[in-house]
Amino acid sequence: MKQPGLWRFHGGLKLDARTARATGDQIGTIPVPPQLVLPLSQHVGQPAEPIVVPGERVLCGQPIARPSGYVGAKVHASSSGTVVEIANHPVPHPSGLAAPCIVIETDGLDERWTGYEPLSDYAALTGPELRARVRAAGVVGLGGAAFPTAVKLGAGSGLKLLILNGAECEPYICCDELLLRERAAEVLAGAQILLQALAIPRCVIAIENDKPLALEALELAIARAADPRLEVVSVPAVYPEGGERQLIKVLTGEEVPARGLPPDIGYLCHNVGTAAAVARAVLQGEPLISRIVTVTGDGVAGPRNVDVRLGTPISALVQACGGYTGEAAHLLMGGAMMGFPLADDSLPVIKGTNCIVVASREEIRPRAPVMPCIRCGECAEVCPAQLLPQQLYWHARSDDLEPLDDYHLFDCIECGCCDLACPSQIPLTQYFRYAKTELWARQHDRVRSDLARERFEARRDRLEAEQAARKQRLEEKARAADEARGDEQARKAMIDAALERVQARRDAGASGPPGKDE
Amino acid sequence: MIAAVAVIAGIALLFGLALGFAAVRFRTEGDPVVDRIDALLPQTQCGQCSFAGCRPYAEAIAAGTADINRCPPGGEATIRALADLLERDPKPLDPESGEIKPRTVAVIDEPLCIGCTLCIQACPVDAILGAGKQMHTVIASECTGCELCVAPCPVDCIAMVEEPVTLKTWKWPRPAEPLAAERR
Amino acid sequence: MRFELTRPPHLRPARSVTRVMGEVLLALVPATIAWVWFFGPGILYNMAVATLVAVACEAGALRLRDRALHPHLADLSAVVTAVLLAFCLPPLTPWWITATGAAFAILFAKQLYGGLGYNPFNPAMAGYVVLLISFPEQLTRWPWPQAGLGEITPVALGAWETLRFTLTGALPAGVSWDALSGATPLDDLRTRLSLAATVEQVRAGPLYGLVGGRGWEWIALWTGVGGLYLLWRRVIRWQIPLAVIAGLCLPATLAWLLAPATFPPPTFHLFSGAALLCAFFIATDPVSAATSPAGRLVYGFGIGALIFIIRSWGGYPDGVAFAVLLLNMAVPAIDHFTRPRTYGHAG
Repeated sequence: MKQPGLWRFHGGLKLDARTARATGDQIGTIPVPPQLVLPLSQHVGQPAEPIVVPGERVLCGQPIARPSGYVGAKVHASSSGTVVEIANHPVPHPSGLAAPCIVIETDGLDERWTGYEPLSDYAALTGPELRARVRAAGVVGLGGAAFPTAVKLGAGSGLKLLILNGAECEPYICCDELLLRERAAEVLAGAQILLQALAIPRCVIAIENDKPLALEALELAIARAADPRLEVVSVPAVYPEGGERQLIKVLTGEEVPARGLPPDIGYLCHNVGTAAAVARAVLQGEPLISRIVTVTGDGVAGPRNVDVRLGTPISALVQACGGYTGEAAHLLMGGAMMGFPLADDSLPVIKGTNCIVVASREEIRPRAPVMPCIRCGECAEVCPAQLLPQQLYWHARSDDLEPLDDYHLFDCIECGCCDLACPSQIPLTQYFRYAKTELWARQHDRVRSDLARERFEARRDRLEAEQAARKQRLEEKARAADEARGDEQARKAMIDAALERVQARRDAGASGPPGKDE
Repeated sequence: MIAAVAVIAGIALLFGLALGFAAVRFRTEGDPVVDRIDALLPQTQCGQCSFAGCRPYAEAIAAGTADINRCPPGGEATIRALADLLERDPKPLDPESGEIKPRTVAVIDEPLCIGCTLCIQACPVDAILGAGKQMHTVIASECTGCELCVAPCPVDCIAMVEEPVTLKTWKWPRPAEPLAAERR
Repeated sequence: MRFELTRPPHLRPARSVTRVMGEVLLALVPATIAWVWFFGPGILYNMAVATLVAVACEAGALRLRDRALHPHLADLSAVVTAVLLAFCLPPLTPWWITATGAAFAILFAKQLYGGLGYNPFNPAMAGYVVLLISFPEQLTRWPWPQAGLGEITPVALGAWETLRFTLTGALPAGVSWDALSGATPLDDLRTRLSLAATVEQVRAGPLYGLVGGRGWEWIALWTGVGGLYLLWRRVIRWQIPLAVIAGLCLPATLAWLLAPATFPPPTFHLFSGAALLCAFFIATDPVSAATSPAGRLVYGFGIGALIFIIRSWGGYPDGVAFAVLLLNMAVPAIDHFTRPRTYGHAG
């Protein structure tokens, strides 16, 4: 293990990892459930579009939905069976809302789809070709954010360092630790592919110093791989070390610019699980149809990590881990800090599900009365984004949201450190989430109102133009009528003149020489 | 005495010239205050403020003939933004102008539509599509929810429907826990 | 199976307002014991009176403002205010003076601004300043410390006599203020320096100990120990105490080096009066202090420097209360100009 000079990020908290109970066992597997529910939006970006219809038989690994935009990911059937419906189902999301899902009744045969070729040697493939394979496999970031990996692989050139994030800092979560312990070679293979795809010279795998077994496994695998580009760095276990921006600061001392991305300063960061998924996609032609999930908490009888098919209901997952204990009171997806509560265990495991916590009442924060802020400033001391949470709070609480941008609200990573440091038990993170979504909605409304103004003005102009045109037409008609009237007079005058002439002639004839007929 | 008058007159002349020059040199096109007020209004064009659209209301606010709390679709956020812009105190919505309701869109019950085009003429943003004796429909993404099309419809086939919340439009709720200080 | 929804993040916060305030009270215990040792049990009576009145006023104000009593009385903030006020009062103070100070601190300096978290001024200091201005004579009558003052043989009141004085304001028969009390070291130094004595001559007197005033220096020491406990428990951060000490000692050292005859050494400043109480317990009141780390340094330094200025050239022997209140006023400006740089943003 190389231990270069490390930097530290501002704030953060030393938290009790609470992972020991789930790391005793190896990664388990669970049987194929009778029904799989696969949401079309399991990633950041546009929801995927279904490419199957109800009644269609699908095979395990067959694509069933394709990305509808650049930022999107394919969805694959995670076992063989029949598509029974494409409809709204509740999805794991803080809102508890329903969203479009593809529901597959499995047939238990688990028949493989063989549309993607395995590949033993990828050395000849170019970056775009590798990227296409990753995109075809529907790989997204498995650290929890679920950003489409292929999109990240399209980000720039001239990168100097690939960082594989194995700093799993959130209490309860240990799926990456188990992955590194058991499948380190796969992670390294993924790292090598990522290095080749973007021609990056070097890769650092960061792992927290409270995971000695994973570190050992990784060092062994690196020794076997004998690739000088790869190295492991052990980083101190401080929450939220696993945050991309925080990890980059710790490893390099540099800061990702606000509203920028790591590639802007030459770094690319991927979760170790994502690297393993990339290796499977490229080498075995295996799409992302399963992931490792930590199932833990006082409410579950046998806490452990399980390699589970996407779309499996949480209830089946818990069942495979010994079922609920009598203490089960709350269900969380994700860890204890950034995870969110679920109301129901029928929800499916999705690509971003890294952990399921079944918590007892005692395990989590009790509802305490919220006291007034005493301006102690502890929130700012622990904030890894170096924000002033209490200032943000004053504005958010009084619904005075416009100044929040000045206080860099959108640099908040919602890690929850300020909540934990607050002696007044103020739900700071929720205020910030509220303020962020509210401001986004206002931005959206502004776009809509600009559009409405444009259309209103266009309509007004059109109506005015129409009116003007009508007026002009009327005028022309009137003029034409006038002219016509003038013509009539002229004609009348002509007729009159002719009549006069006739009359005159007649008068002349009566007095002049007699006509022929006489 | 004469000297004093001359000095005062001279100064007056000087300032007059300076002001006149400034008026010409730094002349502003249009009335930026009206534009800035208009930019804050939701452009629903619903007329609930008793003006014939957002722009006329903005002009009335700028002229001081209308208060800032007459826009129900904009709600509290708009009142607050206007108060900030004009450096006044925000005040609650004027109940005469209506009440704050969630955003809606018009939906035409198409089998009932007789194709009279009355709603098309009423729509301030051209969000209704159709022709005489042909069925009409609302372009939902363009509809501002102003409800102006509802009344003219002779067969009552237009309903205002709340926009469904999706994963994209969902907002985190404002923390509900009251401060201990605010609870008895 | 259905589950009850909760609020993320799900871990338990380590601290509460009650615990923070409780730790502050705990940290004041050694100094209280030292106080009783040198000045008798008067401070305990003052604490009791102040606490009773402060809590009663807090409860009354909360009722009038239609607020819940429970979490607010249980947060112990009124008790901390009362105890800090008692620390500033002479041990022999009639109860009505203490009560006036406590009532002013809670009603005017705290609740009228909106209660805990909203007061721009340190309530204890506001209460103290009102007393200092209203009862100048009573507030400057300090008994001799019972610490072997050589030729001065101090008359000390017993526990019972002190209680009777606190309740009635009358000294026992045959005991005069002259026999009982003298000036505090800061006061004494100030008076005699104006009479053209040198610091060295003054400090040779029986009132003075190793570094500060006799007895006073031990109280200051134990106050400092309490402050270190608060630092260790992370109840307070290091910036304000360090900055107050630096703000007091830097100009004091400079002045002392330039004119040792008229300026006492910095250690004397530190171990006399309420300097350390201010550095660790008063200036660190989070509600009325600056919040950013840099702001706290500015705030603390300002307080320390003002203490030195008031002690050296001002109208009062100890300037802690005025220094704190003046800097409280500057807090919004300090906070505005010391906003820390956010991650990923240029300086």
